[in-house]
Amino acid sequence: MISARTRLIAIVGPPNSGKSTLFNRLTGLRQKVANYPGVTVEQHTGSARLDDGSAVTLVDLPGVYSLNARSEDERVTRDALEGTLSGTPRPDAVLLILDSTNLQRHLLLAAPILALELPTLVVLNMADDLAGRGGEVDTRALAAQLGAPVALVSAARGQGIDEVRRFLAAPPAPRPKPIELPVLHDIPHCRAWSAQVGSESRYRAPAPPVWTQRLDSVFLHPVAGPAIFGLVVLLVFQAIFSFAQPLMEGSQELVLEFGRAVSAVLPEGPVRSFMIEGVWSGVGSVVVFLPQILLLFLFIGILEDSGYLARAALIADRTMAKIGLQGKSFIPLLSAYACAVPAIMSTRTIENKRDRIATILIAPFMTCSARLPVYTLIIAAFIPNRPVLGAFLGTQAAAMLSLYLIGFLMAVATARLLKSSILKSHGTPFLLEMPPYRWPTFRSLGLRLLDRAKVFLRRAGTVILGTVILLWVLCSVPLERTPEGALTAPPIENSIAGTIGRTIEPLIAPLGFNWKIGIGLLTSLAAREVIVGTLGTIYGMEGEADNLDLQGKLREDLTFGGAVALLVFFAFAMQCMSTLAVVRRETGGWKWPGAQFLFMTAVAYVSAFIAFRIAG
Amino acid sequence: MSDLREGESGILDRIDLPQEEVHRLMELGFVPGLAVSAAHSAPGGDPRVYRVDGSEFAMRRAMARHVLLRP
Repeated sequence: MISARTRLIAIVGPPNSGKSTLFNRLTGLRQKVANYPGVTVEQHTGSARLDDGSAVTLVDLPGVYSLNARSEDERVTRDALEGTLSGTPRPDAVLLILDSTNLQRHLLLAAPILALELPTLVVLNMADDLAGRGGEVDTRALAAQLGAPVALVSAARGQGIDEVRRFLAAPPAPRPKPIELPVLHDIPHCRAWSAQVGSESRYRAPAPPVWTQRLDSVFLHPVAGPAIFGLVVLLVFQAIFSFAQPLMEGSQELVLEFGRAVSAVLPEGPVRSFMIEGVWSGVGSVVVFLPQILLLFLFIGILEDSGYLARAALIADRTMAKIGLQGKSFIPLLSAYACAVPAIMSTRTIENKRDRIATILIAPFMTCSARLPVYTLIIAAFIPNRPVLGAFLGTQAAAMLSLYLIGFLMAVATARLLKSSILKSHGTPFLLEMPPYRWPTFRSLGLRLLDRAKVFLRRAGTVILGTVILLWVLCSVPLERTPEGALTAPPIENSIAGTIGRTIEPLIAPLGFNWKIGIGLLTSLAAREVIVGTLGTIYGMEGEADNLDLQGKLREDLTFGGAVALLVFFAFAMQCMSTLAVVRRETGGWKWPGAQFLFMTAVAYVSAFIAFRIAG
Repeated sequence: MSDLREGESGILDRIDLPQEEVHRLMELGFVPGLAVSAAHSAPGGDPRVYRVDGSEFAMRRAMARHVLLRP
């Protein structure tokens, strides 16, 4: 069969039905994430290879309970299915994925989807859970009721996936006469319809999830719950720093080794100087932090996939209410510890607009992974590691923890300020689904990490590489003539970069920074971690080629007080183009990101000044 | 519904909130005539988890007060 384009299949389902698991199962590594034009909803597309060698394109639509288009997610899903979304054609068929352990409620979505009259396969997910808890359903009877084929699968275990693939290969045309559907806007009527369909298909609901209830009596215990919550957070942070250490030393070795190998091949001269001192020492010193950042995403992934994160939000709600926010803000704020960009995008789950903007504005105060390279470098250079709380906490981890703490406290203070003034709101609704606990699968964690690694390396390859190249050029001109008459790069303080650095030096001298740190502060406006690459480049240009001993060099340039001030500055400053761009997109203008940038920079400057006075 | 203590249950009668909120709650399963029961809560008793139609949702007392049960 010859087709003009590969067929497009949409995956639709309520939140927590396992949509993404099925999508990952079908597409594996052949997927990409983009944004729908004009809106902030992420578009996940991927391609699935079928048994006959052909391929179909799958699109994972946002999870929705209905197609009433009250939220942005619902609007995107509805428009995508009706083919009115610009840039994406109407899908050729639909995979409607429903949780089989909660069939009657999830069937509510079947009515509006079937009314679209697209070829549809109803995929009942979590078959293993259903059987394990003594529930059952007659899929043939259900198919007859719905007028669409039905497959009982377990996306997490791969059971029943062949049936889905067969549907993808040849979706049967929908029945010409659709079965009688309920009036879509009358929910009690729809619910009566789904109860009727359920009983006609001999659906027996499974017993309540015993393990979830047992775990909840521990995790939501009045005393043990908050204690476990605190322990989990502490454990994650300590583990990142102790587990990541050998991994980072390993990748540092690799980076150095590669630099030496390349430098042995290239002839001496400006090209080698550019490649090794400019590009490689800049990019390499950032790439070293990949293992640590992935470890952080791994932990957040485990918390999220296991279902614990929703409980954490519940426990946090009271505390969040005290600063004027709600439990739902907790999830974006925790994700902001990994990266503010996805965190700000995930604030879409907060329906209240003022709460949402407040959360967006405070999220960058959370210690994101881009700060880690900076913190790790400075802490390792200035704070000797000694045990504080026995073997559990060392001075370096304690210093790191305090930086996380001051970021958090500043976020709290800012939230209070905002919610008691310009973003005041009354009676915030808080409504959050508690999914059953599940084992996170290696597959979904692995795909998530791969995705993050790609984003990080792409950034290292574009923003960071670009800044580093520009910096190298600015450090190398104007060329000077040696006494013998040959052209050569100037001493770094006489270069353009050096001149810029020395010009702003009076401004930053009160914080204990010299002009080299000043250049780093300027380049880190692009992205925080760039300062590490910048210092790598500056010191690389100053000294021997393959020397990446940043710590030793830093100790010559900063006093202890200056180091503390630098840490504090990075804790509060808004140095991230990607975050500002995403805030602009989410809030629809430059007003909020502009105010955010000015406020955070002012706070950073004043705090660093105070820190330098105290510690110096 | 906010008067339910952990483990107690009742039959949902009506929701006394703006139309928008009622619609959203009904989509989640809070449909009149269905059984709801109270489960665990955050420390201090608020918000609390309610079980309805096979799922669990956490809700603040301020909202649960407007979900009325059959006498």
